[in-house]
Amino acid sequence: MEYLPNILFAIILAAGIGYFAKNVKKLIRNIKLGRDADVSDNKSERFKNMAMIALGQSKMVRRPVAGILHIIVYLGFIIINIEVLEIIIDGLFGTHRIFSVIGATYGFLIGAFEVLALLVFVSVIVFWIRRNIIKLKRFWKAEMTSWPKNDGNFILYFEMVLMTLFLVMNATDVHFQTMNLGNVISQYMAPWFSGLSEGTLHLIERGAWWLHIVGILVFLNYLYFSKHLHILLAFPNTYYGKLAPKGQLNNLESVTNEVKMMMDPNVDPFAAPPEGAETAVPEKFGASDVQDLSWVQLLNAYTCTECGRCTSECPANLTGKKLSPRKIMMDTRDRLEEVGRNIDANKGEFKDDGKQLLGDYISTEELWACTTCNACVEACPVSIDPLSIILEMRRYLVMEQSAAPTELNNMMTNIENNGAPWPYNQMDRLNWKDE
Amino acid sequence: MSEVLNVPTMAECMAEGRQPEILFWVGSAGSYDDRAKKITRAFVKILNKANVDFAVLGTEESSTGDVAKRAGNEFLFQMQAVTNIEILNAYEVKRIVTACPHSYNTLKNEYPQLGGNYEVLHHTQFINDLITSGRLKVESDNAFKGKRITFHDPCYLGRANDVYEAPRALLETLGVELVEMKRHRKTALCCGAGGAQMFKEPEKGDKDINILRTEDALKTNPNIIATGCPYCNTMMTDGVKVKEKEADISVLDVAELIANAQGE
Repeated sequence: MEYLPNILFAIILAAGIGYFAKNVKKLIRNIKLGRDADVSDNKSERFKNMAMIALGQSKMVRRPVAGILHIIVYLGFIIINIEVLEIIIDGLFGTHRIFSVIGATYGFLIGAFEVLALLVFVSVIVFWIRRNIIKLKRFWKAEMTSWPKNDGNFILYFEMVLMTLFLVMNATDVHFQTMNLGNVISQYMAPWFSGLSEGTLHLIERGAWWLHIVGILVFLNYLYFSKHLHILLAFPNTYYGKLAPKGQLNNLESVTNEVKMMMDPNVDPFAAPPEGAETAVPEKFGASDVQDLSWVQLLNAYTCTECGRCTSECPANLTGKKLSPRKIMMDTRDRLEEVGRNIDANKGEFKDDGKQLLGDYISTEELWACTTCNACVEACPVSIDPLSIILEMRRYLVMEQSAAPTELNNMMTNIENNGAPWPYNQMDRLNWKDE
Repeated sequence: MSEVLNVPTMAECMAEGRQPEILFWVGSAGSYDDRAKKITRAFVKILNKANVDFAVLGTEESSTGDVAKRAGNEFLFQMQAVTNIEILNAYEVKRIVTACPHSYNTLKNEYPQLGGNYEVLHHTQFINDLITSGRLKVESDNAFKGKRITFHDPCYLGRANDVYEAPRALLETLGVELVEMKRHRKTALCCGAGGAQMFKEPEKGDKDINILRTEDALKTNPNIIATGCPYCNTMMTDGVKVKEKEADISVLDVAELIANAQGE
């Protein structure tokens, strides 16, 4: 019976990590549903971007209040997790504060954790106030329906509870308080429990300890279902982020091949395909569903934490149009998860469900409202590119469905006929010289 | 009848057996739009004044395909690109300057993959080079000195290509009082014309984008709204008209400011 807590701990730990690993596998499978994208170039520049943007939070601080609070929570999250290592060792081997043998350094570390825990707690409270009391506009846009709103708050409650448990655990640890080493915050909380017997104190301490570690495991497993995945995916996402100038939109290679054939005077358009040549179905142009997007775009969708900085800078959204770049990312993820569930339910094979990203999630009205101004791309703190998805879907509308708005069709006909978007004669191109 | 401009074409240069220093890509707006044509002429005036050996393609120029690409018509874009590249390469063009950020972006970023490799400059960059190299002189005592001017960053010059300094440096050369809008440089608001919006009615909303951007500009209480893109110019000019401010505020391209500051 002596080892019961250790065994229980090991089981909980294995279950927590196991379920998470299972979902990570699913996540990777879903992302791989996307088309290939070659992002193997410029490794050093990519590492630099990851170091600056994800690790260094360089784009977060463009909005100083949210930026600085976020850095506190981010640092707290990373640094306090060193403590989790001790908890895991203690839990598995039945030790108590195994790292305390290192003495003064331990005191310094725990002291730093305690200060961070308090700062995180305060920051999270401010975040909650910004969302729920001040009601910052970007947290209350149309796409912020009940689940996205709740998700945002749940994460904050989780963090409040975890930080509280950590501090209570330290405050009620009689041995730790007697050591008087590193209890910089918890020493002020210890008197709250002064009337209690040592047995009760120990019970509270153990309770807080268990809830803290179980809470962390639950939170870990909550990630897959939440916008909070960004704490992991921000790193690969900034690594694989676009390196070209923002204005450069990719050239479709499948189109290049066809254009080259059309322009080549030596090609016989009526030639039969060479013997044995595969009559491959030509690749679909653009995207009508998530499988038509690249895996980097799908990674983008999972990385989005719905902060809404993109939407709050989008000229279309600011003037009351339906388009919201954040919604583009949320829709892409929602549809991708739906496709993933479909595959799970059908033994690894996707069965047509009569739905797609275009129309069922993202409307043409949204797609045509984009000015391709790149404000959303510039605003994203984790290098998400909503514009690239909008463009892929426009390509599908125009090249597969000929479904552009009439005025744009006129514009394109003009370019085809006379090399300008207006119906003017090509021969008049130089008239400005003499006017 | 305004002054006579010297505008050689690449075909003429070739006939004379010479290669000009730079090709001026006029762009569709700069060729056909009445307002943009004035910008084109202003820029040529500067080129003539600085004795720049340049040429245009004239009737051999065709839409870069920027707007078709952004509307989703990759076919049309690449047809345009390949046709233009054939002509540019036949003339062995190495350097291109253009007064349109959309042409600038497409020529610079999207043509190389299709076989068109050129050094591409926005006209504000080129004029800046003319001034720093001493080929063009701007009188410190000019018509715009001390005027309150706000600069609207075109998306395809600023965010798309990180060119923020060149147009501002030119305004400084003129000795104007440069006042920035709250949203400027990286966070500048679009004028509403990009992504093929210029050629269609906006989707349903509660305001037009150019009106919102004009309001941004009006808050700086300017004498002049300066920009560096023919489409931005149209959008801002319309916005100023809607706000009934056209008597007090003019919308001018940076090239027009430089050209008109020269005097005749």
